Amino acid sequence: MKILVCPLNGPRPVSEFAYGGEVRRSPDPDTCTDAEWSSYVFNRSGSPGVKYEWWCHIASGFWFIALRDTARDIVVETFPAEAARRGLPPERAP
Amino acid sequence: MPHRLLRFGLSRKHPEPRMFTRHDSLKTGYDVVIIGAGGHGLAAAYYLARDHGIRNVAVLDKGYLGGGNTGRNTTIIRSNYLTPEGVKFYDESVRLWQDLAVDFDLNLFYSARGHYTLAHTDSAMRTMRWRAEVNKHYGVRSECVDAAFVKRGIPSIDMTCGGHAPILGALFHEPGAIARHDAVAWGYGRGADQRGVEIHQQTEVTGIRVQGGRVAGVDTTRGPIATSKVLCAVAGFTPRILDMVDLHTPIYVHPLQAMVSEPVKPWLDPIIVSGSLHVYVSQTARGELVMGASLDPYELHATRPTLDFVEGLASHMLDMFPFLSEVKVNRQWAGLADMTPDFSPIMGVTPVEGFFLDAGWGTWGFKATPVCGKTMSHTVATGRNHPLIEGFTFDRFARYQLTGEKGAASVGH
Repeated sequence: MKILVCPLNGPRPVSEFAYGGEVRRSPDPDTCTDAEWSSYVFNRSGSPGVKYEWWCHIASGFWFIALRDTARDIVVETFPAEAARRGLPPERAP
Repeated sequence: MPHRLLRFGLSRKHPEPRMFTRHDSLKTGYDVVIIGAGGHGLAAAYYLARDHGIRNVAVLDKGYLGGGNTGRNTTIIRSNYLTPEGVKFYDESVRLWQDLAVDFDLNLFYSARGHYTLAHTDSAMRTMRWRAEVNKHYGVRSECVDAAFVKRGIPSIDMTCGGHAPILGALFHEPGAIARHDAVAWGYGRGADQRGVEIHQQTEVTGIRVQGGRVAGVDTTRGPIATSKVLCAVAGFTPRILDMVDLHTPIYVHPLQAMVSEPVKPWLDPIIVSGSLHVYVSQTARGELVMGASLDPYELHATRPTLDFVEGLASHMLDMFPFLSEVKVNRQWAGLADMTPDFSPIMGVTPVEGFFLDAGWGTWGFKATPVCGKTMSHTVATGRNHPLIEGFTFDRFARYQLTGEKGAASVGH
């Protein structure tokens, strides 16, 4: 059983969590081109790497951010969602 | 020991015919380079050589032939899809499967069993009716059947599924079949090899050279190759290849796991799928139950299987077939599924001239092996998308014209 450290609830089994996809920044819909917008809507960074991701602890409904290596499934660090507003540190390998 | 066997054992050069020719070095250039020696890549090579006379082709694989998702799927072949584009495409594939063993002179163990997609809810029944009507319109043999029909076809099933998911009916697809997946790769590989295609295993592509928006060559761990056409057929490794040509797609990669039981006496003739219980199962000619479920829940580029998966899938199997409780699981494994948002593939020409894509095959690629080979070889040879793949083009996302097949995915992913 994999363990994920929730910033609110501490270490919990990964089955208690839902994956919410990579943290992404939306282009300004008023100024961006159609191509930029459709790329934002559909395209994803599909290659393995160390990525910031949204996760939710389902039981408590708590959303947070995890920095995870998607090649090796190693979680480097987890942050409360407010960290996204303050600006996340640059990605670094575990 | 027979004299011939002794001579064979002592000979440095094996005089017996091998399945494929081993090539010691790469040529400096090929007309077409195919990345990925799985079913799709080898099928494209086979039809390029057989139907289009393009024989100066190299198929490269960083691992071994058929070692990716071709050897990791649950071998189900069907065409009971939801969209007209999907139904026409997969039906052509089922048609091609019929005489493939004769084409190859190799037993594919192709076995038409009948395919039940069980419906446990009213909304599932509605989707089954929808699929049956679309299928019938395009001449595909699918029908919506009631619970009594299901019970007659699968007498050993618990119609209440443990009391919590009673079976209301099913989509019955008579041509549904299974085949021996490795033999498909070997058959296409040998057929291509006999026609002059070179298969290079243990040869990883490290870069693709693009000059002025056109493909100029490929760099590999065994040296550079000049070519003007590259076909990428690498399933879960697609995003890494796309990075080399700076193309962006919606493809995201999740593992898909499967498992197989110990062999037991033949008792399950048809193929059973339950979207609600996240199960698809069939019994092979050897008597093993081949079982699959839904995708792992998050992005991962590793194929290490998990115990959670076996526990979940086994419990759902027991809902349907409680008498299997003493049967042991022999093997489990995972493959990397290159998923798309509309559950349709991404095929054909791309904005990079000479770079062709056969990707986004997620959890539904094995059945399409022959038709992918046919349509992609046409596309590579002519430089224009084959009419059957026009619903699956690279640029459909920018046009917001998706080909939604999620309702026809075997289980609700």
